[in-house]
Amino acid sequence: MTKKVTFTLDGKALEAREGQTVLEAATDAGIMIPHYCWHRSLGNPGNCRMCLVEVEGTPKPQVSCRLPAREGLVVKSLSPAAKRAQTSALELHLVDHPLDCPVCDQSGECGLQDYYMGIGRYVSVLREDKAHAKKRQVLGPHIVLDQERCILCTRCTRFVAQISKSHELGIFGRGHNEAVDLVPGRTLDNPYSGNLADICPVGALTDRDFRFQVRVWYLDETESICPGCSRGCPISAHTSTQRPWHNKGRRLARLKPRVLDWLCDEGRYGFSDFDSDRLGRLTAPLSEVRSALQTHRDDLAVVASGSLSNEDWKAFKSLFVDKLKVKRFLFTPEPDQVGSEDELLRRREKVPNLEGGRALGFGTEIKSLTWESLGQDIAGGRVRSLYVVDRDPAKVLGEKLLHKLELLIYQGPRMGKTGGLARYRLPATDWLEENGHFTNFQGKIQEYRQALKPLGDARPDWKIFADLEAGL
Amino acid sequence: MNPLSQKSRPDPILTKDFDEPRLQELETYRRLGGYEGLKKALASGREKLMAEIGKSNLRGLGGAGFATAMKWSTVPSEEKNPGPRFVVVNCDESEPGCFKDRVLVTKNPHQLIEGLLIAAYAIDARHAFIFIRGEYEVQYKILEKALAEAKAAGLLGACSIELMRGAGAYISGLDTALLETMEGKKAWPRQPPPFPTVAGLMGRPTVVNNVETLSMLPHIVENGGDWFAKLGTPKSGGTVLFSVSGHVEKPGVYEFPMGVPLREILAAAGGVKGGKKLKAVIPGGVSTPVLTADELDTVMDFEGPRAKGSFLGAGGVIVLDETTDMVMVAHNIERFLTHESCGQCTPCRQGSFWHERILARGLEGGGTAQDLATLERVGENITGKVICALGDTVGVVTRALMKKFPEDFKAKFHD
Ligand SMILES: Cc1cc2nc3c(=O)[nH]c(=O)nc-3n(C[C@H](O)[C@H](O)[C@H](O)COP(=O)(O)O)c2cc1C
Ligand code: SF4
Ligand code: SF4
Repeated sequence: MTKKVTFTLDGKALEAREGQTVLEAATDAGIMIPHYCWHRSLGNPGNCRMCLVEVEGTPKPQVSCRLPAREGLVVKSLSPAAKRAQTSALELHLVDHPLDCPVCDQSGECGLQDYYMGIGRYVSVLREDKAHAKKRQVLGPHIVLDQERCILCTRCTRFVAQISKSHELGIFGRGHNEAVDLVPGRTLDNPYSGNLADICPVGALTDRDFRFQVRVWYLDETESICPGCSRGCPISAHTSTQRPWHNKGRRLARLKPRVLDWLCDEGRYGFSDFDSDRLGRLTAPLSEVRSALQTHRDDLAVVASGSLSNEDWKAFKSLFVDKLKVKRFLFTPEPDQVGSEDELLRRREKVPNLEGGRALGFGTEIKSLTWESLGQDIAGGRVRSLYVVDRDPAKVLGEKLLHKLELLIYQGPRMGKTGGLARYRLPATDWLEENGHFTNFQGKIQEYRQALKPLGDARPDWKIFADLEAGL
Repeated sequence: MNPLSQKSRPDPILTKDFDEPRLQELETYRRLGGYEGLKKALASGREKLMAEIGKSNLRGLGGAGFATAMKWSTVPSEEKNPGPRFVVVNCDESEPGCFKDRVLVTKNPHQLIEGLLIAAYAIDARHAFIFIRGEYEVQYKILEKALAEAKAAGLLGACSIELMRGAGAYISGLDTALLETMEGKKAWPRQPPPFPTVAGLMGRPTVVNNVETLSMLPHIVENGGDWFAKLGTPKSGGTVLFSVSGHVEKPGVYEFPMGVPLREILAAAGGVKGGKKLKAVIPGGVSTPVLTADELDTVMDFEGPRAKGSFLGAGGVIVLDETTDMVMVAHNIERFLTHESCGQCTPCRQGSFWHERILARGLEGGGTAQDLATLERVGENITGKVICALGDTVGVVTRALMKKFPEDFKAKFHD
């Protein structure tokens, strides 16, 4: 256990781990001291000089990002001297800043704007022309750079050096000619590049797919869990429904990391087509589906997805295992659901909740088929009916084989190839349209909340299973 | 030509043999008693050596004036921190107005090498480096040759000395930026703690000393710390080289005991050029605040100029006559600092450039009274709030010029 110390910040006693910086301890206590360069996971180079505070017994103001908390230390971040130092640092950050907020995507969540409201000088004495640099420089598939807006906090270069370890960016030149740029011959295309738009405190690095789409103050935020892989990173879903004509009509504007610092690009940009190819209306009464199921219960196979919530899995088991006593399931992540993984976040299984199924015996007592064996069963006539939940067997097995089936039921948010072939289509909500829980690969159960209204007749999967079961 | 005025400096130390032909060569240097100090240091043992340097009151002559023995004593012992430790010679000399290291290396390279070997012995370093600014091509060659000679003569003992060249950045002269440069990185100063003596080059304890500081060592060892201390003032021992430039009759490098009045330095350099009136003196290189003609009695040691709000710096005395426009001086210095700011911290990077632009506008006839208030306020807000001394300088130099020569500024900045 590290020793705890108590120090005073603006007259308030705060606790800190011995040696922890004053800025970090203040942040932990919910007190904001202005800063740009410090980032909890990227270190404290101390170059922005925004977090200057007055320290009792020290003549010069100190940067709180490099000031270790110690017992009895008396710090003032709101005193006139501290404020003057912060205000002045901000003024100097703005000397050559283009002030193009009206066309800047960062507007509304920009460190320069935010601090200006609090500690800005409000009177400009600047008579000089602004310095110019490269604008609109596409760095890679996701990120665009505006050098004029950059305040050279080095967060981005530290990210590519320490976190993604991909080293695509550097700071070139010297003094006021200094600029962030791509290392010659490189593209910013590491699997975590989207984080740069998040950590850049100003509008220098922005998201290409968010560019000019919607003002951030028209977005709603909902706490959610990324369904991109079995890590289940906590995210905040930013949705745009207040002004439906913005963001090209798409309701999901962007995903941001929550709790953890980072998000991978697959997770972040994987859902930009959230509203497309949706199932829409229910095409037949549930009673018809029920009787078809009853007829086929002996030759039925069920293909389910690891994107079901814990609630869904429970109802799924109750319907198919307990009630219908189905023998053939497929739920392992097969080629359509596996990808690359790394040490930072990404996991191999590109679905969020196989673990929730496992907890109910799917994959342990209840064995899974493989696509290959399922294909053989269909070809051999052992499986004559298929219930598919949010997977696309047509893509994996080929349409021709599926034509052999006597019954194909499809349930899910998006049509896919299989949806088009199904006799019955049951529209389900996607994760942002429902409340639920995912269990990640570590066994952590995490809640996600509804951010959007269901489209068409879509209903949560568990509800569909429960309704089917109720009438059997 | 010996630039020394014998009248003002009866017994020079570093420049004593400068008139000697072929002093650059090992044979000459040895004939005049060279490398005897090293021999004596090795024989006396580390503790005795440290004690003598401590007694000498030798202060760092690279500009900061840090007591040399004190700096060395902060190197952790071999038991506390086992592994290599380094000595680095700072020969980046880029401060406008300073050229004494260049003269020291050109005239007497072995004096530096001997001093370096003494320092390496003192802190038990087996690897030493000489970092020389890229533009000092001639001096680089001289050192290369002298090092080869010393090595061939077996003088380096177990110590290796490597020469490294800079790539043209003033900021690389700042010790922590110098270490970054040597590691192949951008010359962005580090922010101590830890100090280089604890974690320097590649994280290992490293002593960085100036050329002049190290060149003093053989003489201190030979003649004793007390002898050296007595030459100077109570807190600054020995002698110091002044690079005198600007509006003087005989610009050059002059060696004086610590504590010489500024007036005597000016006199030694033949006085103001063309019999003009003196307007101002910058005492220690452009980053030290200006002194007026009335402040010629300033005693030149590490304490004297401080009392007048300035610094001894690296002894770069720049003499300015009555025709000098102080706005132009300010612009010239701020332009230099803008060019040389490493760009790491915002107040220095942006503040220097802002200063330069305002001053340029003043010179072009577009200055306003408001600009003076801005320079004053912004300058004050930079100093003491940046990472290194270069940024402090940005805020200090113009304000000192404005304070001491308000008329010059009012003439260019008014409504
Ligand atoms: C901007 C800046 C430039 C400097 N340039 C030099 C230099 O060129 N040579 C030098 O010896 N010291 C220079 N210094 C001082 C060094 O940081 C360091 O204090 C010195 O090399 C230590 O040696 P000393 O103790 O022997 O003086 C510079 C300092 C600053 C702030
Ligand atoms: S681009 Fe953004 S993150 Fe990178 S240095 Fe500039 S302001 Fe900082
Ligand atoms: S004060 Fe200037 S030179 Fe020093 S670290 Fe900051 S930007 Fe670089």
